[in-house]
Amino acid sequence: MSSFSGNVWLSGFSSWKARLNIFSKINWGRLSVISVPYLWLAVFFFVPFLVVFKISLSESAIAIPPYTDLLDFNVEEAYVSMKLNLGNYLYLWEDSFYLDAYLSSIKIAAISTFFTLLVGFPIAYLIARSDEKIRGILLALVILPFWTSFLLRVYAWVGLLKNQGLINEVLLSFGIINEPLTMLQTDFAVYIGIVYTYLPFMILPLYSALEKMDISLLEAAEDLGARPIQSFFMITIPLAMPGIIAGCMLVFIPAVGEYVIPALLGGSDTLMIGRVLWDEFSLNRDWPMASAVATVMLVFLVLPIMLIRNKSGKEEAM
Amino acid sequence: MNVSELKSTITGVANPVNTELPLWKQPDAAPFVRIENITKKFDDFTAVDNVSLNIYKKELFCLLGGSGSGKSTLLRMLAGFESPTSGRIIIDGVDMEGIQPWNRPVNMMFQSYALFPHLSVADNIAFGLKREGANKHDVKKRVAEMLDMVQLGHLGKRKPHQLSGGQRQRVALARSLVKRPKLLLLDEPLGALDKKLREETQFEIMNLQEDLGVTFVVVTHDQEEAMTLATRIGVMNQGLIVQTDAPHDVYEYPNSRFVAEFVGSVNLLEGFITEDNIDSVRIKSTEADCEFFVPHGISCAPQQRVHVALRPEKIKMTRIKPTQEENLMKGEIIEIAYMGSLSVYRVNLQSGKEIRVTQPNFARDMGERFTWNEQVFLSWDVDSSVVLTS
Repeated sequence: MSSFSGNVWLSGFSSWKARLNIFSKINWGRLSVISVPYLWLAVFFFVPFLVVFKISLSESAIAIPPYTDLLDFNVEEAYVSMKLNLGNYLYLWEDSFYLDAYLSSIKIAAISTFFTLLVGFPIAYLIARSDEKIRGILLALVILPFWTSFLLRVYAWVGLLKNQGLINEVLLSFGIINEPLTMLQTDFAVYIGIVYTYLPFMILPLYSALEKMDISLLEAAEDLGARPIQSFFMITIPLAMPGIIAGCMLVFIPAVGEYVIPALLGGSDTLMIGRVLWDEFSLNRDWPMASAVATVMLVFLVLPIMLIRNKSGKEEAM
Repeated sequence: MNVSELKSTITGVANPVNTELPLWKQPDAAPFVRIENITKKFDDFTAVDNVSLNIYKKELFCLLGGSGSGKSTLLRMLAGFESPTSGRIIIDGVDMEGIQPWNRPVNMMFQSYALFPHLSVADNIAFGLKREGANKHDVKKRVAEMLDMVQLGHLGKRKPHQLSGGQRQRVALARSLVKRPKLLLLDEPLGALDKKLREETQFEIMNLQEDLGVTFVVVTHDQEEAMTLATRIGVMNQGLIVQTDAPHDVYEYPNSRFVAEFVGSVNLLEGFITEDNIDSVRIKSTEADCEFFVPHGISCAPQQRVHVALRPEKIKMTRIKPTQEENLMKGEIIEIAYMGSLSVYRVNLQSGKEIRVTQPNFARDMGERFTWNEQVFLSWDVDSSVVLTS
């Protein structure tokens, strides 16, 4: 456009034009859409994480807030010194209590995730294969528990599982057991709590994967000589794999750091990192130690998950 | 009088003695697939209504019908995906009652192809063989054979979504043939292909069938597909098989108005019997304003209302009045569609009845072509029309 009217006197500004060109190559509409969630994550996730990481490198102190500054300004002698305390991380490594807590959390989360998958898969399968008219209702029922407070629902399990709770009362009155079963304050109760709480997060991605599957694929498998159990493992499971991975991650990741469920349903010997973190933070008032625990947990979880995601991404691209 | 007798009466030529009769015409041939009084009901809806059908070895039998005619349900019962409400299906002498799909000597090619999206082309084809417990070496060899047969030898490692529609269709065909089934079922095998590919594949399927000697049952709603592929066609309507015959006979000797209209296009003219002889009938039609003479007897009552079916390509269109007195109509051309190899004319009779006439375009430039609003005479040979009583 400008080449006609202004190529004589604009030629001097050619470098300007080149810059403008680079500028106009950026797709502003796209950028503005993408930047919103990234900005959100940066402000509310990444920056707080850096703050936590910073605290983990300081020392505990009796002060408000209860830790030392990393930077020390000495005005008189005109120097700035930075002191990075790695002692918290060293302590995490040396005291087997923390490692045990991490491993125990991962074990509890893994077992719970497995059972959530076991319970969630048939439900998701049935919903995906149900009549379209009632599918919406069934999905709504899955999400319905979210309308009540999470804390309230966990407390409800206390009422069900305790020695004088509903389950024990019923079993006693039918004479199935002679004395109440100790269910509350055991690992069992924690599993129940996690499976119950996170079930919808498993069902929804599984449903969306199973719903997309063409039924005629199963018929084709049967037609080619596969029994229903074989077609389930050779066709249904592989095709549901993206949903299985998504569902398991949605359950496993928050379950590792779960605090409320082990605190309310678990016993004193139920060792989970979320509780350790809370105790360091509020009982010991050792913010740097708590921050170190949190940082290590994140690294522990994020790295393997990134590896899994990377792998599944590559498979999809193939 | 059945169709084949009818045919020989008309043409005066019996089937040549030296050529072997097809199996379905041999009175003592044992059918390979016997469908006996099969009924399938879904709640109140009767999808297949007391159908009996014999299919012989090495046949390529086509079930032709519109949607909801029950053709797919019948096919699914052969595959074992639906069980009949009543009746029996016997394949190669074995009653299929209670035999699950994975135990039947039958394979199916699905309309959607139903290729396993997570498996490569070769693994898709190998799936059935592996279920049989064939050893690795054999599986590899037979998969390679099948891939070569459908000319996809170089694409074995691809996933189905990386193939074109035609290639997917071949993979599906290879997968359904690799187990060497006694009976192969094809559900609208050419439905998803474009016209050129359809024609190619049609001939490929026919060649395959001849080479392998497998019995094929094809379901289709496309009469052209049925015509080219089939040794015999079973025309279905509302759960019933209304006519079973060779493609030529279904087209030339439809036994009802439904078949005449469903297979190809046809002009149906209403009339009533004026003269009923043993070897000929005369029919008077006010609609056509003419008298039809049909040189063979039909079972009918005097004065009975009948329809005369006349294929568009059997009609001769002339400007000069032919000498014949019967089988002659007069009308005005109201529309012309030039289709390249032939032209389609719509001719209005005086009664307002519209007649469809097709004429081949013999010469590149036919001196005096028919034009709009021209008065023409329509005539046909005495044995070109079919009288339909139902």
